[in-house]
Amino acid sequence: MVIKSKRELTELRKLYKPIIDLREKGLGKNKNIEILIGMATCGIASGAKDTYNELKTIIEQKKMTHVKLIQVGCIGYCYMEPTIQVCIPGKEPDLYGKITYDKAQEFIDEVIIKQTYLKNNLLIKSFKKYGASI
Amino acid sequence: MINNRTLLICDGLSCKTPHKVKMFNLLQKKLEENDLINTINLVKTSCFGICSQGPIIKVLPDDIVYVNIKKEDLDLIITNHLLQNNIVDKLLYINPLTKEKIKKEKESKFYQKQYRIALRNCGLIDPENINEYIAVKGYEALATVLTENTPLEVIDIIKKAKLRGRGGGGFPTGLKWEFTAKQPGNEKYVICNADEGDPGAFMDRSILEGDPHSVLEAMIIAGYAIGANQGLIYLRAEYPLAIKRLTIAINQAKNYGFLGKNIFESNFSFDIEIRLGAGAFVCGEETALIHSMEGKRGEPTKKPPFPSVSGFRSKPSSVNNVETFANIPSIILNGYEWFSSIGTENSKGTKVFALAGKINNIGLIEVPMGTTLREIIYDIGGGIINNKKFKAVQSGGPSGGVIPLEYLDTPIDYESLKEIGSMMGSGGLIVLDEDDDMVKLAKFYLDFTQDESCGKCTPCRIGTKRMYEILDRLTKMESNPDDLDILEDLAINIKNSSLCGLGQTAPNPVLSTMEFFKEEYEAYAYKTKKHTYSIIANKCIGCTKCAKVCPVECITGSIKNPHIIDESQCIACGACYTVCPVNAVEKP
Repeated sequence: MVIKSKRELTELRKLYKPIIDLREKGLGKNKNIEILIGMATCGIASGAKDTYNELKTIIEQKKMTHVKLIQVGCIGYCYMEPTIQVCIPGKEPDLYGKITYDKAQEFIDEVIIKQTYLKNNLLIKSFKKYGASI
Repeated sequence: MINNRTLLICDGLSCKTPHKVKMFNLLQKKLEENDLINTINLVKTSCFGICSQGPIIKVLPDDIVYVNIKKEDLDLIITNHLLQNNIVDKLLYINPLTKEKIKKEKESKFYQKQYRIALRNCGLIDPENINEYIAVKGYEALATVLTENTPLEVIDIIKKAKLRGRGGGGFPTGLKWEFTAKQPGNEKYVICNADEGDPGAFMDRSILEGDPHSVLEAMIIAGYAIGANQGLIYLRAEYPLAIKRLTIAINQAKNYGFLGKNIFESNFSFDIEIRLGAGAFVCGEETALIHSMEGKRGEPTKKPPFPSVSGFRSKPSSVNNVETFANIPSIILNGYEWFSSIGTENSKGTKVFALAGKINNIGLIEVPMGTTLREIIYDIGGGIINNKKFKAVQSGGPSGGVIPLEYLDTPIDYESLKEIGSMMGSGGLIVLDEDDDMVKLAKFYLDFTQDESCGKCTPCRIGTKRMYEILDRLTKMESNPDDLDILEDLAINIKNSSLCGLGQTAPNPVLSTMEFFKEEYEAYAYKTKKHTYSIIANKCIGCTKCAKVCPVECITGSIKNPHIIDESQCIACGACYTVCPVNAVEKP
């Protein structure tokens, strides 16, 4: 598909904008939950790939079709890798650090199913990490 | 109950009302009443910067800030927080932006002091999905430029934004584009320098891995501005994930028609190719980079002619760094006024730094130009590990120098760093604490540069090798005081006579450490440097802990009697120093 004009591009943006609204502000009408995993080279070196695979297995086992696992780039918290952002509609997105593969089960149980917090791993309870609103 | 807390009460001029003075006295009185006056340290402090919500009390080490405190609240803080360790929720500072109660300052400061332009999408979007980039206004800058602006107007916007090259040199990007655009001929090239070679720097990699489309979009815009139809990304083969994600991104952009013929139905066509480098540090220098892309040896040539006149295949080429490109779409979308309002007078916008070393919050950060090192290290970085003393920051990698304590409040920009003998470089910041040895640090960098020197010019090829040898002799205590003069002499000569940036900046780590930490060099040269650990007899309680951890078993002594280190055996590993409960071990 070739995009020929600015209007076509803007329309495409409107189509995908809800994804970003959920990640930035926690806005969303449906129940879809997104888990973003920081998977740049540094994150992967600290075990993000293992966490990703483990989370994927658990999500598939529990048939949680409303939970989407997404790999993103570097979140910036090198000292807290692997880093994960949880986006639940209606809630401000949370950032978690040091979610190694052995914490995956606990993470799904507490954060996704019970929708509570993993106190020891919570980094910031806000996604105002963007000074610039671009 | 142990209650070694410090209460900071703000004493700023703006909110120093009679009401406040009473508050301090009242607090003092209440602490006395509760028998806390000896365990709680009450300190008047300077302004916290949130004057609208004063009076403010900060509790340390908990790092909790209470605001809008009234007389009756003092009891709450004392009984709940100080005596029972329960945070008083209703008095917590509320961030006006998020309406969020902030308990711990350091939790939030990591991001609060940051301003993300180049990293705006890193960690937010899936880099392998072009639709997510489009959702954050991706390719809209390109669409705007192609349908609404002439190439000259685009150059003008970048010039007015005062964007400067983020690879280290700081040359104005708009000017570079203008020079290239003005050259005659139809065959021109846009080159993206992604040969990030500084030890400890990873910002370009993070951008390419986290937001590859922003770099592609900016390259297409650059192509339109300078009149080029071909873009080349020179990427090191050591970055396999970046290569993978960029390749995916290029294919996706081709599918949507952002790359190819007649982009957005204009007359403009553009294509991008990736060229892999084998990872030589010198290939980050633009002329060496171009030669490497042409299949020749990665060696620099004399400038002028600059690449903007005669670059890739002897055609005009604009070579820009990854981070520089990542800023471009935002400048187009938000306007040059917005961009040039951020930063200092001569350095606009933000800079990404890879913050590493002896610091609590190691991370990839982006701050406005003009942020001080103190803010970066203490607010964003969360201070030095184990509360050790700060010694210096190494900035700019092998081309930069060290910045000692007295310059901690220097606002960071291209000029201020150059003035104190360091440089912005590509943005590595390595924090050093009191335990770090500056001579060994300089030796590490010289080892790197003498290894990476391409060998084309004599000062760099032989000079850096000799410098390394002197540093090696020094650290092995096989040197003499004359070596210091030779070292300095060599450094100045190499700096003045080398062909390219690698050689011209290679002596910087030595020159700057010599300027600020001369005594460490002298200690080695005059062999006064103590290089073993020792035990202060009257402090030692004879706990035997040090003797147990010593790997070469050179510590002797009986229980409850002072121990002794056999200095001829000591390997200076520091295990005894770390384990001693009473600080009786003296460092070298």
